[in-house]
Amino acid sequence: MSQTATKPVPVPDEVSAPFFDGAREGRLMLQHCAACEKWSFPVRERCPHCMGAKLAWRAASGRGTLYTFAIMHQVMNPGFAADVPYNVSQIDLDEGVRMVCNIVGLANDALRIGMAVEAVFEDVGDGVSIPKFRPVTG
Amino acid sequence: MANTSKGAIVGLGVTPMGRIYGRRAVDFAAEAIALALEDAGLQKSDVDGLLINANIPNDMLPGAQMTLGLENLTLMNVMSAYGSTGGSMMQYACMAIREGLATTVVLVYADAPLTPSRGAGQSYAGPHRFPLGGMTGLKAAYGDFGANLGYAMAAQRHMHLYGTTEDQLGTIAVGQRQWAQMSPWAQMKAPMTMADHHASRWIAEPLRLFDCCLVSNGAVAIIVTSVERARDLKQPPVHVLGYAQCAPGDNASTARHPGVETGAKRSGEAAFRMAGITRADIGSCQLYDCYTYTVLVTLEDYGFCAKGEGGPFVADGKLAPGGALPTNTGGGQLSGYYMWSFTPMSEAIVQARGQGGARQVANNDFILVSGNGGILNYHSTLIFSPHAGG
Repeated sequence: MSQTATKPVPVPDEVSAPFFDGAREGRLMLQHCAACEKWSFPVRERCPHCMGAKLAWRAASGRGTLYTFAIMHQVMNPGFAADVPYNVSQIDLDEGVRMVCNIVGLANDALRIGMAVEAVFEDVGDGVSIPKFRPVTG
Repeated sequence: MANTSKGAIVGLGVTPMGRIYGRRAVDFAAEAIALALEDAGLQKSDVDGLLINANIPNDMLPGAQMTLGLENLTLMNVMSAYGSTGGSMMQYACMAIREGLATTVVLVYADAPLTPSRGAGQSYAGPHRFPLGGMTGLKAAYGDFGANLGYAMAAQRHMHLYGTTEDQLGTIAVGQRQWAQMSPWAQMKAPMTMADHHASRWIAEPLRLFDCCLVSNGAVAIIVTSVERARDLKQPPVHVLGYAQCAPGDNASTARHPGVETGAKRSGEAAFRMAGITRADIGSCQLYDCYTYTVLVTLEDYGFCAKGEGGPFVADGKLAPGGALPTNTGGGQLSGYYMWSFTPMSEAIVQARGQGGARQVANNDFILVSGNGGILNYHSTLIFSPHAGG
């Protein structure tokens, strides 16, 4: 029996801990600026919009639309050998943040730019969960 | 009449390119610099400035100066904005020469990522490229590796918004292969048809293998000096009439669209203004082509056609030999060699000198050169001419 290579698992650090803690509890945590009221991603100390220093973690809606996507055919890491071809997508969240992610629960040829999606959370091992997105149904 | 020259290119050195194994990047660099000095009729001791383009394996560092044996430099740095760097280095060299920091500046890019044991696609894929700490680890967890995906997502968005087709992208690849067949330096010379393009394997849909650049072991060196000094040297000088940069930034805001609206717009407008010419004066383009899509979106943002019309614009083959806008006439990075900005710059020098042989363009008065780095994050523009202007 051949052993399946494992996928890389992120290693949360001090600054990203609230994001990963939230994901483990099923919440998409993003930073929100008290000064300009804009959301940002990924993690940083100061707001990229206004340079304000008061960024607070808040739960986002987890809802958005598919901005664009690509279907990856290359195996750049053996952990993905069984997955190709797989999608890598950009999601426009309702909060005005664009994040790279995977769409799950849908065949590659059913992906449509503009489709409504929502966050789901996947346990990827080592006590780490990450958000992915699935089509909103109904 | 065009504005006056900002600096003169007097030397060009291009090493053999491709699967040449067992040599370090810095040794390719030394060969390219020796070739450029010979081309210019200069001695090593004439060089007082060195600008090194950082590469992905990160083995072209300040210490390269010592390996190269260059002494008593009054200008020396390693610079990095990925693929756009070379175009920017040209700008800094011109400014430094005009300000009196140096008289004779060598620009060099060298890389040797290809090894016998792995394919080109894995050349830049070492584990050091995929750190797992913090948010960076998310990219790896999603399988988001390398530049192919980022450009594929940009192209997909463009196709969605404007109806850009695989045939239109393929036209760019096929045309550049025709040009490559006339270049002594090009790596890929086998004929390519549209059917060959469509039959090439998917890399990251909607991009196929033939939409993607090569990987090259090799080096290019370029020597820049003042307009006055250039008059006494061996080669016909190539004048730098205009230049600019633009790094539009990406704060992951849904209000911005960096994949389809690039820095080429602002950079191009500023470069034309500095050169005192308009787009209509351009006889040939040498555009950064990490992917076919990059050429298409750059032509749009430079204003050769309206936003979204890049596909129909290229579809008649106007970029290919015999076309109205000869572009990437050495085969570019798709079929020639992958030396970042030094690919379009080197070909523009050949064309401006009138040394293109079978691929020489008829109108070389003004040549537009672009550099691009990251996922369309950094842009540099240059305008070259055989004329000093004024």
